[in-house]
Amino acid sequence: MKWLLVSLCVTSTVVGDVFRSLGMRHHGEIHDFRPGAIGGALSAIARNWMVILSTCAMAVSFFSFMKLVSIAPMSFAVPVSAVTFIPETLLARFLLKEAVDTQRWLGIGLILVGVVFISQ
Amino acid sequence: MPVTEAPRHAPSRAVIRKTRLFAVISVLSNVAGNSALTHGLQQLGAIGNTPLDLIAALFHPWVALGVTMLIVWTFAHMALLSWADLSYVMPVTAIGYVVTAFAGRFFLGETVSPMRWAGIVLITLGVTLVGRTPPASAPKGRPVE
Repeated sequence: MKWLLVSLCVTSTVVGDVFRSLGMRHHGEIHDFRPGAIGGALSAIARNWMVILSTCAMAVSFFSFMKLVSIAPMSFAVPVSAVTFIPETLLARFLLKEAVDTQRWLGIGLILVGVVFISQ
Repeated sequence: MPVTEAPRHAPSRAVIRKTRLFAVISVLSNVAGNSALTHGLQQLGAIGNTPLDLIAALFHPWVALGVTMLIVWTFAHMALLSWADLSYVMPVTAIGYVVTAFAGRFFLGETVSPMRWAGIVLITLGVTLVGRTPPASAPKGRPVE
């Protein structure tokens, strides 16, 4: 049950983040923060299938993490869910074609080790 | 799919400023949301497996506050991703782990062991390294949908 929740949580977080990034990139940069413009952006985003998929995936991620912390200690749940950093960075590099340079990889590596330490 | 997106530019000071602002909103709402949620869940005890049990849990005040903060996080995170790379946003917002540790230290009086201090230092170093890269990849590096 624990590992099923972990894999569900990790997979849905990765799908959620990648499709949120794709959907928001497709929408374009938000630069107008007046209420009317935000309303317009929200209605456009609400009709973007990638954002809808990402929101559903985030809901699955949210509920599976909620369930995971109710049956497993935080010192297990937190670092294990940070595993998403690795597939997400690979997808950012190869699917989203982002410029993931050595500095970003090094930073992400330090953060991962740090998350394991901080959760103990 | 036709191109409807404006071309991306090298990060201007305005972009860097709004990236920092939205990263801060995103981190604080996420930490506050998760803390309120955890507190609410601890009060509720074990929750059932059915979707109805999970929905019922959402009506607990602390859980409701947590969910509200996580909705704020969702919008801030979406806005951030509309101009910044996922491989920038994801590591930079990991400073939330450090904020959570300090919140536990100051609000709940939790002790921070040497190992947790080491984690705080490593995460802060990692976030600083990624934070020094430009938030958005060069236009040529970004695929057109």
